[in-house]
Amino acid sequence: MNKTHNTQKAKKYGMVIDLDKCTGCGACMVACMAENNVPFKKDETNKLDSITWMHLYKLTNGKAFPETEICYLPRPCMHCEGAHGHPPCVSVCPATATDYDHGTGIVSQIYTRCFGCRYCMGACPYHARYFNWWDPVWPEGMKEYLSPNVSPRMRGVVEKCSFCFHRYQLAMDKAYHEGRKELEEHEYQSSCTQACPAGAITFGDLNNPDHQVHKIARPDNEHGGKPSATNVFRLLERLGTNPKVYYMSSREWVRRLGDNYLPHEKTGEIALGKQKGHH
Amino acid sequence: MFPFSFEWAWDMAHYVFLGGMWYAIGIISAGLSYCIGKALLDTVAGKGHDHGGDHH
Amino acid sequence: MDSALLPKGVKRCSFPQFSIGILIVGAVLLWGVYAMLLCWFKGLNQTGMNDSYGFALWIWADLAVIALGGGAFFTGLLKYIIGKDELKNIINFAVVIGFICYSSALLILAIDVGQPLRSWFIFWHVNVHSMLAEVAFCLSIYFSVLAIEFVPLLLENRKLDEVPFFHNLAHNMHEVMAVFAATGAFLSCFHQGSLGGVAGVLFGRPFAFREHLLVWPWTFFLFTWSAAAYGPCFTILLTKITEGITRKKLVKDNVVDLLAKISGWMIASYMVAKLIDTWYWATVTAPSRGLTFMQFYSDGNGLYTLWIIVAELVVGGILPALILTNKTLRANKSMLLLAVILACIGVCINRWVMVLQVMAHPVLPFEEWFAYMPSWQEVATTILPVAYGVILASLAYRYLPVFPQERELNPVNG
Repeated sequence: MNKTHNTQKAKKYGMVIDLDKCTGCGACMVACMAENNVPFKKDETNKLDSITWMHLYKLTNGKAFPETEICYLPRPCMHCEGAHGHPPCVSVCPATATDYDHGTGIVSQIYTRCFGCRYCMGACPYHARYFNWWDPVWPEGMKEYLSPNVSPRMRGVVEKCSFCFHRYQLAMDKAYHEGRKELEEHEYQSSCTQACPAGAITFGDLNNPDHQVHKIARPDNEHGGKPSATNVFRLLERLGTNPKVYYMSSREWVRRLGDNYLPHEKTGEIALGKQKGHH
Repeated sequence: MFPFSFEWAWDMAHYVFLGGMWYAIGIISAGLSYCIGKALLDTVAGKGHDHGGDHH
Repeated sequence: MDSALLPKGVKRCSFPQFSIGILIVGAVLLWGVYAMLLCWFKGLNQTGMNDSYGFALWIWADLAVIALGGGAFFTGLLKYIIGKDELKNIINFAVVIGFICYSSALLILAIDVGQPLRSWFIFWHVNVHSMLAEVAFCLSIYFSVLAIEFVPLLLENRKLDEVPFFHNLAHNMHEVMAVFAATGAFLSCFHQGSLGGVAGVLFGRPFAFREHLLVWPWTFFLFTWSAAAYGPCFTILLTKITEGITRKKLVKDNVVDLLAKISGWMIASYMVAKLIDTWYWATVTAPSRGLTFMQFYSDGNGLYTLWIIVAELVVGGILPALILTNKTLRANKSMLLLAVILACIGVCINRWVMVLQVMAHPVLPFEEWFAYMPSWQEVATTILPVAYGVILASLAYRYLPVFPQERELNPVNG
């Protein structure tokens, strides 16, 4: 680890998820819920009104047995950068309740500022944003186990994955206390990353060539962070959302399901110049 | 909305957007003040006491 | 019983008859109020919305009433700025409709947000880049303009008019109405447009996203144009309905014909722009995001298939434009009525698809179309403003000189 590297440079925290390793066990979802005081209901069968910051999709190649293949795809908030720090959700929020932090690349959500118009949810193509349709009801005694580092949310506001930002704050506090301004790679890791038993999730600073995420994804910052590594892709790359969550899979059908393609287009071959501008 | 809100920035977007807003509010308030003020003066001057109910 | 309050020289139904009518509509209103209170006290879990359908029936209702209420600003623009003086005979009613539509929209918005008590954040902590902020600002300020335009009419009530101050105030407000009308038109252009912008800026939603001109997507201009085009049709439709209910002619044919003709040409020009926009979106914008036109119209639930675009553009757009731009056709009462009804349906479908089809279409390739069914609370709170509107319009008609030509067209003996 090169401690002196990029001391003044802005961070860009991101993730690479190896879909070939993911078994769909859901440990990342559970860890996320426990870490972030995510409320739940007695009956969670309706996935469209229950909150899962980290959501697990089951993908299939659509072929009949014996050629059927499935793949599990964990989906946190993509912490999109958009063009010049304008993710789909941030610029639409009328009350500045969500913001793009240029210092870390994290898209924040200010629960006490959000008044629940849900425009950001409509803007997000990944369905990464969730609305609190109910006030949280914790089972008997569970309040004692809530994390003191994450504020619980009330009814009527939007919430989403924060890349465990409170962990970043705690790590930075510790670093300052020790007279450092920079974090080691292992000092700030999201809870889903640490919970994954298969080691499918890698988390770190995409701007730091020494970090594993950078080494795996090799983001091309000249071209909106597009991955230059083989088999690495981002969801809905061609919409120009510029997400900071990368996926990798050796299977072509999985990579093709990561974006919309016209029938004649080859997987992963999207001319970035073709994307018409937004702000 | 006001310069003392912490998300305020002195940039073009704020000039145009909030400039337009305060301009519209200004015109409406001025127009309304004029109407009310003139109506008060007219009333004091004794206008409107003896009308047939059909103006215009 | 209330004869002292009725305008001079016109006939109104008896007070008991009027009260019964109001009570019946009032019952519907109370049903809506009950649903509204449920939403406020129990939260938005009372709705059929979900995380994939964060915008649904209410936002459509907002967009629809504001488009239909566009008759107020456009008629005001034609009368006070462009100088179509005949329209003074329908402008009062257009203002009443506009006032009802905009107050309804604000009420629905107040129910629609998750934390209504924080609604003021949209002003205080405004993000000037958000289209919704632009909507909120222009809508609120324009509503105050509509209230100002409504006040003189209110003060012309027989009893109020006897108060010298009110008489003078109404007179002075009429004098400077052009200033208010111009400000209203300015604000309307922006809020109608920014309602279109709400959908058009969503670059994560290929069904909604449109290319930009300066900071505004094409939908910005299309929404302003369509509200100006279709709004007067709603004014005409409600005039005809009021004439039907009261069994009186309230506005002369030449006034309606003028408004219908202007509306017709506006719809025709809007349709040209809308068709070009649709064609460009289908052949350039959507394919650049890996999607074909037909993928947006392949809803497995059957709702969002080709019929809806045909209904919007042909039945609700081209057809009324053809009728209203043709002198002979629009002179035919049935054809005129058909045209304005189709036009109102057309603009409502446009607002529907720009909200609900945007939510329904799956952007991630491994997702399915999303379905949504409004709860009774959502339906009741959407009908609530209709009931409120009927009551307010009835009160206005009964007690205020809304239609200046009524006395001339319906002479009362003695």
